[in-house]
Amino acid sequence: MLGRLRAGLLGALGVLLVAALWDLYKAFGPEQGVLVGERTLILPRATDLAMPHTWEMVRRLFEPATGLRGAPTALEAVLDASAFTLSIAARGWLVGVVVGIALALLMTRFKIAEAGMLPWIVLSQTVPLIAIAPLVRRWGAQIEFGSFTWENEHSVALIAAYLAFFPVAVGGLRGLKSPARTHVELMHTYGVGWWRTLITLRLPASVPFLLPALRLAAASAVIGSVVAEVSIGLRGGIGRMVVEYAQSAGGDPAKAWAPIFGAVAVGLVAAGAVGLLTLALRPFHLTETIR
Amino acid sequence: MTSSKQTTGETTPGTTSRDTSAQAQAIDVVGVDRVFRRRRDEVVALQDVTVSVAPGEFVSLIGPSGCGKSTLLRLVADLDTPTSGSVTVFGKSARQARRDQDYGIAFQQAGLLPWRTVASNIELPLKLHGVGASERRARSCELLELVGLQDFGRHHPDQLSGGMQQRVAIARALAERPRLLLMDEPFGALDEITRERMQNELVRICRETSAAVLFVTHSIPEAVFLSDRVVVMSPRPGRIVEIVPAGGGMGTSHERTDEVRDAAEFFHTVATVREHLHGAPVVGARAVENR
Repeated sequence: MLGRLRAGLLGALGVLLVAALWDLYKAFGPEQGVLVGERTLILPRATDLAMPHTWEMVRRLFEPATGLRGAPTALEAVLDASAFTLSIAARGWLVGVVVGIALALLMTRFKIAEAGMLPWIVLSQTVPLIAIAPLVRRWGAQIEFGSFTWENEHSVALIAAYLAFFPVAVGGLRGLKSPARTHVELMHTYGVGWWRTLITLRLPASVPFLLPALRLAAASAVIGSVVAEVSIGLRGGIGRMVVEYAQSAGGDPAKAWAPIFGAVAVGLVAAGAVGLLTLALRPFHLTETIR
Repeated sequence: MTSSKQTTGETTPGTTSRDTSAQAQAIDVVGVDRVFRRRRDEVVALQDVTVSVAPGEFVSLIGPSGCGKSTLLRLVADLDTPTSGSVTVFGKSARQARRDQDYGIAFQQAGLLPWRTVASNIELPLKLHGVGASERRARSCELLELVGLQDFGRHHPDQLSGGMQQRVAIARALAERPRLLLMDEPFGALDEITRERMQNELVRICRETSAAVLFVTHSIPEAVFLSDRVVVMSPRPGRIVEIVPAGGGMGTSHERTDEVRDAAEFFHTVATVREHLHGAPVVGARAVENR
């Protein structure tokens, strides 16, 4: 308990330190930044436009988001957008985790599947998101069965899943193959089949590998959602908001930072949720040691 | 089981203890070859190996690394199949014996599942074979007592020392009351003091369960102390050099106590085994050296 309190305090201290560094540089750094030669900027400009005061950013959060009458505060707008993005990222994460684990199982079960699929799985991550986002949207637009129509947010969730499945597939594969030969042979001597071995041995043994993979997948899903929102042009989420607010940076530089804080919050919540999962699976996190 | 026990104490010269096989031997290996083919290489791991183990008898396999002693044990356990020759266990094929759970097995690594408690590790084979919970609990209590770990049932393996983990592994091997125990260097990773204590324990456990044992080891004194007969093997190709009876003044394998370690007969047998291992007579003085 004390350890957790300490960790929390240190975390808060870290944030304050970054804020202090920011304002110290702003106070003492050169207005026009530091240039090498004619054009290469190696330290940023310290103008109000480039680097608003941290307290300006915080204060801006509590002012109305737009000039319209009855407009919500920036904080409310950002929270709304964050919740929207988070829900898309969560759906993407879930799909990605299911697909990733299914692929890992398939590759564990069939050697030929591993040989044939693993290179493609790795290759899939080298495709730039910006290239596939419009394609996914176009393909999705043609899908329609019954009362279900493919919305743009489904495209975004799919792209989030596309990023999220990768660490799960690779980490899951490593985890499922992690049991020592002794353990596998022991199961063989018990005369139990592949499924029983999977449930008694391989799945529990994969947990220490899967947990970091799930965490990575959560981060990837958030990034995927934010980027895909921009490339697909989905309104209502943090990604689009970053672009919109950046456009008003000229007259209202602090405003552009509000959705960035939102994106950070979404990432933190996502990582925290996976952290809770880690707590629940703690019994499987033990490793065999010989003393 | 007990009737044949009488025969094993007597000197059974050479490889021919198979004459008693009117009733099924615990293990009967006849004319077994095992050749490993890797690309162009051919490694003859075992060549024309014939050996048997009577019910209740303790037989050790000893020899330098690469002499095929572990391979022989794996053939009996049906973790590997012979290139030619036959392996029968209690009159059945090795495969059938494995399916019928006729043997329990312990490896050099304890191979306990780290996420399971000690008691549930011992209960694992019972659970996999559909034994009810209350019966399982009763059996694991019994076995924990047998190996002297009654207070550790709720601990996890990583809280136990190496010797304790190995005792749990032996208890697990005994869970289904097998009439045959296969042990592949189970004490190999233990220090000398723990090792001797474990040997004494094993003698007692064998006496109480009257199981036959096939025991692979590197240590000459260990083999002599524990066994009714010591099978000496040589490498490249792996074959049986000699089968040395270890009885006489030492009594049967169930009667061994710490005094045996100081008996003249013990040193004499150690010297004989060493002689066969080195393939040349060893000077008398060196026979006294106890390792």
